[in-house]
Amino acid sequence: MLYFVARRLVSALSVVLVTLIATFALFFVAPTDPAAAICGERNCTMERYNEIKANLHLDRPKVQQFAEYTAGIFVGRTFETSGVKQECTVPCLGFSFKSDRPVTEMLKTRLPVTVSLVAGYAVLVLTIGVFVGSMAAKRRGTLGDRALMSSTLIMSSVPYYIVALMISLYLTILYPILPRGSYTPISENPGKWFAGLITPWLVIGIYNCTQYARYSRGSMVETLSEDYIRTARAKGLSDRSVTYKHALRSGLIPVITIFGLDIAASLSGAIFTERIFDLPGLGNLVLQSLETYDLPVIMGTVLIASVVLVAMNFLVDVMYSLIDPRVRLS
Amino acid sequence: MSDNVRMVDAVPAAQAGTPLLQVRDLKMHFPIKEAAGLGRTKKVVQAVDGVSFDLSAGASLGLVGESGCGKSTTGRMITRLLTPTAGQILFKGKDIAKLKERELRPFRRQLQIVFQDPYSSLNPRQTVSNIISTPLRVHNLVKKGKELDRVQELLERVGLNPEHHNRYPNEFSGGQRQRIGIARALAVEPEVIIADEPVSALDVSIQAQVMNLLEDLRRDLGIAFVFIAHDLGVVRHFCDEVAVMYLGKIVEQGPRDQIYGAPQHPYTQALLSAAPDLGTIRGVPPKERIRLVGDVPSPIDPPSGCRFRTRCWKAEDICATQEPPLEPKPLSTAGHVAACHFAEPKVDLTAASA
Amino acid sequence: MSTPAPEDRKDTMVGTAAGEPAPDAAAKRGPSIATREKRQGTLNPSGETPYLVVEDLTVKFPTADGVVSAVNGLSYSVPLGRTLAIVGESGSGKSVSSMAVMGLHDRKRTKITGSIRLGGDEIVGLPENELMKVRGDAVAMVFQDPQSSLHPLYTVGNQITEAYRVHHKVSKDVAKKRALEMLDLVGIPNPIRRFKQYPHEFSGGMRQRAMIAMGLVNDPKLVIADEPTTALDVTVQAQILDLLNNLQKEFGSAIVLITHDLGVVAEMADDVLVMYAGRCVEYGTAEDVLARPRMPYTWGLLESIPTVSAANERLQPIKGLPPSLLSLPSGCSFNPRCPYKERVKGERCTTELPELLPVDGAGAHTSRCHLHDKASIYEAEVAPRLG
Ligand SMILES: Nc1ncnc2c1ncn2[C@@H]1O[C@H](COP(=O)(O)OP(=O)(O)OP(=O)(O)O)[C@@H](O)[C@H]1O
Ligand SMILES: Nc1ncnc2c1ncn2[C@@H]1O[C@H](COP(=O)(O)OP(=O)(O)O)[C@@H](O)[C@H]1O
Ligand code: SF4
Ligand code: SF4
Ligand SMILES: [Mg+2]
Ligand SMILES: [Mg+2]
Repeated sequence: MLYFVARRLVSALSVVLVTLIATFALFFVAPTDPAAAICGERNCTMERYNEIKANLHLDRPKVQQFAEYTAGIFVGRTFETSGVKQECTVPCLGFSFKSDRPVTEMLKTRLPVTVSLVAGYAVLVLTIGVFVGSMAAKRRGTLGDRALMSSTLIMSSVPYYIVALMISLYLTILYPILPRGSYTPISENPGKWFAGLITPWLVIGIYNCTQYARYSRGSMVETLSEDYIRTARAKGLSDRSVTYKHALRSGLIPVITIFGLDIAASLSGAIFTERIFDLPGLGNLVLQSLETYDLPVIMGTVLIASVVLVAMNFLVDVMYSLIDPRVRLS
Repeated sequence: MSDNVRMVDAVPAAQAGTPLLQVRDLKMHFPIKEAAGLGRTKKVVQAVDGVSFDLSAGASLGLVGESGCGKSTTGRMITRLLTPTAGQILFKGKDIAKLKERELRPFRRQLQIVFQDPYSSLNPRQTVSNIISTPLRVHNLVKKGKELDRVQELLERVGLNPEHHNRYPNEFSGGQRQRIGIARALAVEPEVIIADEPVSALDVSIQAQVMNLLEDLRRDLGIAFVFIAHDLGVVRHFCDEVAVMYLGKIVEQGPRDQIYGAPQHPYTQALLSAAPDLGTIRGVPPKERIRLVGDVPSPIDPPSGCRFRTRCWKAEDICATQEPPLEPKPLSTAGHVAACHFAEPKVDLTAASA
Repeated sequence: MSTPAPEDRKDTMVGTAAGEPAPDAAAKRGPSIATREKRQGTLNPSGETPYLVVEDLTVKFPTADGVVSAVNGLSYSVPLGRTLAIVGESGSGKSVSSMAVMGLHDRKRTKITGSIRLGGDEIVGLPENELMKVRGDAVAMVFQDPQSSLHPLYTVGNQITEAYRVHHKVSKDVAKKRALEMLDLVGIPNPIRRFKQYPHEFSGGMRQRAMIAMGLVNDPKLVIADEPTTALDVTVQAQILDLLNNLQKEFGSAIVLITHDLGVVAEMADDVLVMYAGRCVEYGTAEDVLARPRMPYTWGLLESIPTVSAANERLQPIKGLPPSLLSLPSGCSFNPRCPYKERVKGERCTTELPELLPVDGAGAHTSRCHLHDKASIYEAEVAPRLG
């Protein structure tokens, strides 16, 4: 177990580091110039431009910039802008080029939004999706099963953002059946938190539930034909115990595998969702900062996203080992 | 029981002189990884640990033993589907144990293998004709345009309808698929066929059909067989010589009638007495049974000394400290060897008496 | 790869096959010797109504290709304390017919007619919630492959306890005590530790013992063992067969043993039923069927097997393949493969289904064949070939 955690930690750190380097490199390979963007187009003198560059340390070698950035995460940094000293405490992710606020702080307010969104998504697909799939598997071949399966097929052939846009347009604006998306911290008002997120959850959840219903159905159909299911029936167990105690546990394993692979996709799905419902999450933040070449914010978001990703994958592995005793954490 | 000598026993004696295949101290140790505490320990599965035997042209050697004792691994090493960890495989005097793939080509033709599972050992997307002619092409054995003739000839040889060359494996029954596998092996005119449980997956009536086919091939084409099986009846029927394996080692080897009639190793005795036998019903008095307790130990960490000692009722202290060599015993007849400190023949283990 | 811990190996070494007294130091010197006594006599020696009575059972599966007639008019009976072996090639309907006794077929996809009575109570047509009470309680089933028949994600103890609690309203602790008792009974050493382990931590033979423990936990009156040793090695097979035999002696249950191995039949069965293409073709005591068979298919089976003890003559396989169950041949189902059909006058073999009749005009040994002189053909032609 200890060995496992240690090994996972090393691999997690390397994933995060590689992601950071890649983001950094991509940013500079692209024809972007944050200093110019900040300076503006009309009244930008060469002098002012160079000053901005120096303040942002953009004039230093790329490797040094990256080293300073990385070191800052662990020891903190001090910035000097035109003689004014600014302390950036650990974990320092720098200051936004655009708003001059510490990136760490910006992320702190944004992260709960995205996490709420993704968590709701996970709960929805792993409960409703799996439940619907199991029902379909049990009744395979019936009309209901076939209707369900064809509807999931149709669903998965329509791009996600179209579905999301349509729902937001028709169901919250034109015919306001559902509350519009908004975010209130859960610590402030859980009811409002829930009400504001319910529509985005439904959109991202229902769209993906159909996928998960398909996976679970397939995996359950297979499990239900296993010999040990026949054994369970031969013991005299009821249909319900057989399906939900014996079959579901094995049937979940492939679904969780897919869920693990799907986490990255669900994060990028969150970007769209936040945009469409105008939620102040990481997705919106990263889109905004991409428009303004706000490198520290982009780096910060990518960093946090990769940490979330790695953590979720770890969680999936733990789930695995809880479900399947043959998988030892090694 | 010796008065009905089978045709297959009448292998030309001249050929039987020089062994075609000599296996010497063959070992296969598979490394496995196991997490242990903070680090990892490297362990090995001693799947085969020092197997030696000779096979003469046209002869047939049976390898028997419980599941996991290393029969298939031995077979796969001889055909070089696996590279042995140690040991020699002398084919007509040349050691092929360590040859590179390119140097192996000519030997691959001579040494063919037929697998147990007729369902998974044939590519379902290829026609029978394709399956059989691929080795023909690989080894340049027929001229272009003559392939189909040869395929049909082979199909006929194994008792399939030559007209069916364009069908796919799933259109055949288990026994027929096994015939296709045999035809594929025959295509390259091998001198040795390793048959790894060729009839285990088949029903008795079909099993008998395939056994008869193999027997005909052996008689008519003089092919030598290493015949791997766990069914003692099948092995007795097919093989002149039998080697009994336990946990990666041969524990007893000898002529068929010696092994079945007067086995010397306790494991062989137990194996024979455990085999359910039809004889009991036909008025033959019930045979004495030896019941082994427990299971075969793990080949990762086999017992010291004699590997059978954890289940042996004759075990003494010496069995834990000294590994018994495979050698002729005082009461052995020619060619009969056993690896046991206390070997002695036991004659009444099969219900046969006539 | 699972490896038993070293100490465990010591357990199994000194452990003993269930039912046999623990070997003391002296007994360990000599091989344990077991001879099985055969029950003699007729199919139903006591004359009471047998515990399991199957009458004219048919099982059909409507499929896309047509109706698969897996079982066609099967009748047999098994009294308590006796073992009936059902033999036949794969696909002959052995498993399908016994799954019907357990009511395990999918109702929507299976058509079952005829009668199956357990201790006088009819099973066919019983609603699911009634059937559930019978399954695992009065009737238990042991399946072929213990590896795939045990749930890989639950401990062995959990699975046995569950089987007990389905039919007994008892606390977990009581059920656990019972499960430990059963593990001990079937000869699993160190039950307390084994209780907490998962099937993959067991060897093949131990898994089958666990399956048997699970099957017997509710003291069933009937045990259906569907090829219980086919997936096991001979030495382990011998242990499991001894175990079944000893348990039967102790509890007096009826056993239906499904197998394709005539050697196993010879050692285990009191009665034998030979199935071909969903029908019973020969039925009688083991003595009758194996020593005095009266049906060409049974002859064919006996001639096909190379035995450990027999001479080395050429095998006499049954030619051809079993028929498709989608369209059985007219007349005797065996006629396309039967070497004796020319000896029956007229075309009866291909036109008229032979009835299951007593081989010597009366008595319990029956077979399904038009041949008149079955006894003399067997003695003159078949028996010599069998050696
Ligand atoms: N690639 C491998 N890696 C690790 N262990 C292996 C590998 N292949 C085989 N083994 C092990 O080597 C041993 C011998 O295997 P092998 O397949 O030769 O047995 P066998 O005698 O043919 O058994 P069976 O009768 O079941 O076919 C077994 O313990 C097996 O688990
Ligand atoms: N659910 C099913 N649907 C269609 N055919 C089936 C089904 N189950 C079994 N069969 C067929 O019934 C026949 C008898 O099967 P089975 O009783 O399992 O044979 P065995 O004698 O080998 O146990 C086989 O031909 C099999 O393919
Ligand atoms: S050497 Fe000892 S332990 Fe091994 S088989 Fe002989 S008597 Fe048994
Ligand atoms: S009825 Fe005819 S075909 Fe059927 S077994 Fe008897 S002789 Fe053969
Ligand atoms: Mg093998
Ligand atoms: Mg079956």
